[in-house]
Amino acid sequence: MHFDAFDRYHEKESFLHRLDPRVKVLVTVVFIISNALLPDGAWLAFGFAWLFVLVNNLLSKLGIGYTLKRSIIALPFALIAITVLFSIPGKPLTTFNFMMMDLTITDMGLLRFVSILIRSWLSVQMAILLVAVTRFPDLIHALEHLRIPAVLTTIIAFLYRYLFVLTDEVFRLLRAREARSAAVPGSRSGGGVVWRAKVAGNMAGQLFLRSYERSDRIYNAMVARGYAGHLYTLNPHEMRSADYYATALAIAIIFVTHLLGRF
Amino acid sequence: MLYSPVPLHIPDGFLSLIVSIICWVLTVLVIGTAISRTNKSLGEKQIPLMGVMAAFIFAAQMINFPVAGGTSGHLLGGALAAIVLGPWAGMLVMTAVIAVQALLFQDGGLLVMGANILNMGLATAAIGYGLYRAVSGQSKTVKLAVTGLAAWLSVMAGALLTSLQLWLSGTSQLELVIPAMMGVHALIGLGEALITVFALGFILQTRPDLVGEGSESAKGSKAWIYIGGAVALIVVLLSPFASADPDGLERVAIDMGFINTGQSAPYNIIPDYTIPFLGETAASTIAAGVVGVIVVGLIIVLVGRGMKAKS
Repeated sequence: MHFDAFDRYHEKESFLHRLDPRVKVLVTVVFIISNALLPDGAWLAFGFAWLFVLVNNLLSKLGIGYTLKRSIIALPFALIAITVLFSIPGKPLTTFNFMMMDLTITDMGLLRFVSILIRSWLSVQMAILLVAVTRFPDLIHALEHLRIPAVLTTIIAFLYRYLFVLTDEVFRLLRAREARSAAVPGSRSGGGVVWRAKVAGNMAGQLFLRSYERSDRIYNAMVARGYAGHLYTLNPHEMRSADYYATALAIAIIFVTHLLGRF
Repeated sequence: MLYSPVPLHIPDGFLSLIVSIICWVLTVLVIGTAISRTNKSLGEKQIPLMGVMAAFIFAAQMINFPVAGGTSGHLLGGALAAIVLGPWAGMLVMTAVIAVQALLFQDGGLLVMGANILNMGLATAAIGYGLYRAVSGQSKTVKLAVTGLAAWLSVMAGALLTSLQLWLSGTSQLELVIPAMMGVHALIGLGEALITVFALGFILQTRPDLVGEGSESAKGSKAWIYIGGAVALIVVLLSPFASADPDGLERVAIDMGFINTGQSAPYNIIPDYTIPFLGETAASTIAAGVVGVIVVGLIIVLVGRGMKAKS
């Protein structure tokens, strides 16, 4: 497996790709906060917020529909919000019978349900765009600049660095299990659920030992190369004036969009 | 698909800002303590170890076993991480895992990450380690039995916290979300318990020096027994109470001041057109004005910095 198998970064030469990663993290977070604060049914603001996402898609040169295509990821969770359809008092729209309960969808309930989905859908698109235009190691450095404790960012950096190595390890374990799970046609191989869970548990334990021993080797190798508790980067990460202007402009747009939703 | 999500990761948009912020504050307090504790007790060697262990938890979540009807059981890992690495290191490892899941895979939101870390990283580690630490001198059988219980309870704790946060945000109805979440996770927790027990059993058998007496994980403070026990007790007592008598829980929330008594239902905690907790009053208008001034001030500062910085 390649080292960047997990990275969602898409190499392109664009304004957003060149922007300082700090700016991108900050604007994404401000956008999501603004979304969370928008009242239910602020359709105009939701529309402008989506326009903001689309413009950013264009600026990234990834194509206007880039984030839209990938944004269904949060949809399964919508199920959990479905109860607001029936629980908020308002004008009844339709009633139906479900498992011996009479459920009435109200207009206020529908409004809230749709608003929750839109907020989530807009937020997830910005998060998708953030990792599409920022290399993950740059993102970690941005977090460090934004005062996330070094212990945590270093752990995250290691996690990212060795995730593909350990995933290869998992694939080896899974392949080994597969290879030993032959069965005569018509009969099942292996034991019951608990037996299968035991196999999976042993695999997790095995993976733990391999990871533990590997971390020892990694540490020794790092010390041999001069590691003294801190990771360095050759990328200077300096804020240029374009970065400041872009942040100011983006926050101003988000703020005005937010005001549109309130009045 | 390389990566299968666990159905506890809340995406952005499902929690209100105020609930997200409360969860962030709790999470930051606990993680801050964890960082200062690990800095004191562990050397620079522990950082690469914790990083690789975080990758281990992430990768171990990909190991699954078929249960029935196309569903499969797999690991969340909070309890296991805390038991083998010690509580503080376990919490940091889980925090890193959840952060990467949110940043890289959009599995869980950014603004709600505090809540996700609290539910899946901190509560799970506290229960897992607390109960395990309580039987530290006992036989292997007792240890493994308690580990299984702790792993199951840790998933239930995560589900309960998630349900409560969704309810406080006005996203779900209490009397539906608690039974639904707890019911589903009672089964998911069984998978978690089985894998955790067998994984720990395997490690105890092959490398007892890593998790046995005298190891890093056995050195945790006895206070964890009470913390973990208390969190476990809350789960055991609160979930049946909440499912049987949701009105009672709303009553408690009202008494604690979470809910404006003038309103009939919990989803009005975040009034639609005002700053939360302040209500439609002069104070709210002033607060909104202050936020506006801060935003405009921030923009001016940024433009000023931009003029100074070299292009």
